[in-house]
Amino acid sequence: MKILNKLYMFLIFAFLYMPIIVLIAFSFNDSKSRVIWSGFTFKWYQKLFENQEILSSFYNTIIVALVASLIATVLGTMAAVGITKSRKITRNIVLNITNIPMINPEIVTGVSLMIMFVFLYNNFGILKPGLVTLICAHTTFCLPYVILSVTPKLRQMDPNIYEAAQDLGCNPMKAFFKVVMPQIISGIITGFIMSFTMSIDDFVISYFTGGMTQTLPITVYSMTRKLISPEINALSSVLFIFVFILLIIINLRSDKDKENILKI
Amino acid sequence: MKIKLSLVPYIIWMLIFVIIPVILIIYFSFTDINKSLSFDNILEAGKYSQVFLRSIIIGAISTVLCLIIGYPAAYLISKVKLKYQNFLIMLLMIPMWTSFLLRTYAWMTLLEYNGLINKLLVFLGLPRLNMINTPGAIILGMVYNFLPYMILPIYNILVKIDKKIIEAAQDLGANKFKVFTKIIFPLSLPGIISGITMVFVPSVSTFVISKMLGGGSILVIGDLIEMQFLGNNYNPYLGSCISLILMIIIMICMKIMNSLDTQSNYTEKRTKK
Amino acid sequence: MKSSIIKLENIKVSFNNEVILENLNLNIKEGEFVTLLGPSGCGKTTTLRIIAGFLNPDEGNIFFKDKKINNVPAHKREVNTIFQKYALFPHLNVYENVAFGMRIQKKPESEIKAKVTEILKMVNLVSYIDRDVNSLSGGQQQRIAIARALANNPKVLLLDEPLGALDLKLRKDMQSELKSIHQKTGITFVLVTHDQEEALSMSDTVVVMDKGSIQQIGSPEDIYNEPKNAFVADFIGESNVISGIMIDDFKVSFCGKEFSCLDKGFEKMSIVDVVIRPEDIKVVTPEQGDISGVITSVVFKGVHNEIIIDVNGFKWMIQTTEMQKENDKIGLLIYPDAIHIMKPSPYSSKIGDYSAFSDEFYNEQHKN
Repeated sequence: MKILNKLYMFLIFAFLYMPIIVLIAFSFNDSKSRVIWSGFTFKWYQKLFENQEILSSFYNTIIVALVASLIATVLGTMAAVGITKSRKITRNIVLNITNIPMINPEIVTGVSLMIMFVFLYNNFGILKPGLVTLICAHTTFCLPYVILSVTPKLRQMDPNIYEAAQDLGCNPMKAFFKVVMPQIISGIITGFIMSFTMSIDDFVISYFTGGMTQTLPITVYSMTRKLISPEINALSSVLFIFVFILLIIINLRSDKDKENILKI
Repeated sequence: MKIKLSLVPYIIWMLIFVIIPVILIIYFSFTDINKSLSFDNILEAGKYSQVFLRSIIIGAISTVLCLIIGYPAAYLISKVKLKYQNFLIMLLMIPMWTSFLLRTYAWMTLLEYNGLINKLLVFLGLPRLNMINTPGAIILGMVYNFLPYMILPIYNILVKIDKKIIEAAQDLGANKFKVFTKIIFPLSLPGIISGITMVFVPSVSTFVISKMLGGGSILVIGDLIEMQFLGNNYNPYLGSCISLILMIIIMICMKIMNSLDTQSNYTEKRTKK
Repeated sequence: MKSSIIKLENIKVSFNNEVILENLNLNIKEGEFVTLLGPSGCGKTTTLRIIAGFLNPDEGNIFFKDKKINNVPAHKREVNTIFQKYALFPHLNVYENVAFGMRIQKKPESEIKAKVTEILKMVNLVSYIDRDVNSLSGGQQQRIAIARALANNPKVLLLDEPLGALDLKLRKDMQSELKSIHQKTGITFVLVTHDQEEALSMSDTVVVMDKGSIQQIGSPEDIYNEPKNAFVADFIGESNVISGIMIDDFKVSFCGKEFSCLDKGFEKMSIVDVVIRPEDIKVVTPEQGDISGVITSVVFKGVHNEIIIDVNGFKWMIQTTEMQKENDKIGLLIYPDAIHIMKPSPYSSKIGDYSAFSDEFYNEQHKN
């Protein structure tokens, strides 16, 4: 029975990892074939870093992810503070709005934003689909995750701490930065990391809201649609290593914060 | 109603980027190209009822498969030592955090007529299988991509079940099988329900998996919407209408799921007492 | 005559259409130890939060030394609060917690150091100066909270059920410690509590509150001996509250008998509430008693026995040191100075006899 259990777990993880392993393995394959092994090489990695399209879309991805997760972290933290201090009715309304982008299928969020951006550009000439619209869209779908990771920290905190700081002479702003912020900082960091990874990984919403601007996932998608190129394999190994390192960093942080990420 | 100052920027942001877009979707759904009120889009969308049905069936099959495969996995993970549990969960999350395009692309190369799996079959003296561009390949891609979303919520519920409840059941004479059917399974229902929604929603609305593993020959709702916005037959009015229908389908499913959830919450509370 | 330091005038607060405070007037004198006493939901904490500046009343004015401070925010008021669960800053150590207020005021480091040491000495925690606050016991955290508030040299110290989280023994110690701090510093103390014993033993003035209104203001002795209405009589200590008729000055009738009493000035032949404390009743033989009844329960309480007696269907409580047995018939002797007459209030009919009384029930009611 025990062996059967182990076999089952092994099969599950084999199923999950086999494609990735094959992909990584063939990124070192000398020929373009995805089936026959014809020798070890690093040339696809070299080509990857010479590919202008990939590099520029990588640059876009990082810019969008950084700016969007920063905005989302600031707005989301402020919102979380507001939510915890609001009355129940306000809180429920705001939380329901927060849920919309989480419940809605990505494609619907994507096209609804696209309609609006096109509408705004055609009628008012503002927000031309591109980097800025990408940042707006990404901020929108990151915001709920920031709120979800900051709110529990605020709830765990003794609400009187904020009042105690004011009582001792801090104005509300100072009280927030001096005593509330240190209590919830781990939630804020978690929210930022989650936003950043979600943003980097997003394809569907970017696809509809980016106009001509390409992010890495969009480039990857168009590459898979066209010619087969082992550069993709090289790229996926790089990204895989990146995620691996990120997860290790998260693991090195306290167990509680990790739990927070696992839950969401 | 008083609104806290720090909420204002967020509310404005969500108003502009969530509420107004949804309103625009609804508005476009009932508008024709001449910008006048019409119900043509609904009639037009009705012609694609086959596509809707197919998407729901494919999504449902994938969800059920995820549940059948994922539940035992979640259960087994929750049973091992805590140290290994964290390790296994991390192992489960790494693929989740890797680009799903690349993982789906990996299956493309595996399932191809000249792909690795067929090569292996030939090597074993078996006939080649026609795997890529079939509904089966799409379902496989969905199960592969969304399986962790089923395992994680179920696992999260299972580890939280109080060991004393299980001991109490054993104390009252329940054998292992009875403990599972009468205690563990009912208590894990909320996890199952959130797992189902987390798998069903993306399965029923994806267009990437169907495009990559279905070769574009098997049309699903996602493809239909994508075609109206970025494909050859640009028609945001029809596209909005289809999106609206998709939203409604999902909302109905969520409602059904939530009603099951409240029922299971009720049983959970009763068992806790 | 000491001057007024905090004055609340016609304060009204409601929340979600529910009235929390109604037409509240309160005058606190400098150096006084005032206790706001009442069951949960009576509005005592709300009153404290209004003084601290965490809550603005819908109507009414707050004065600090005759200056209106309605619009002065919490951080600019010369009052400091000790919170229910201490609200120490968990990311700062003992020293930094106590120094917090002075740091905000940008006091020089040498002055901060001297003051922190001085205050920690006062609360006997000077050896804990570098400790992490999370490692301290409840009583120690409590003392740090007091030190932190005192370090700001407040004119008024507000204490929101500060001893609620401590166990009985520690609570007694802290009570006397607070009392001595009050005497040493001469700061005005405003304490909120639901514990009547705490209120009576610590304060100069007790403010009894219920349902958003003040029921009675007075010295602990006044509150106990001369309760204004049935609620106060019932909430402070044990009381038998019986409906009676004031026949004339110094003459009242209840339980079908006429008694002489020390009260006067009530309308003749009017309905009144008669309060008789359980310890003021003397147990005698049925023949000797003013009234008589059957003992339904006897509970040993250490110093005395608590006896419930059925007198024609009304259950009385008596505290006596004499041994009594259940089902015995006894007489009750009530002297004139044991009788206290009150005007009827909305509470008159609601405060019943001791028929449903049990310790558990009682404790639960008073805990909340």
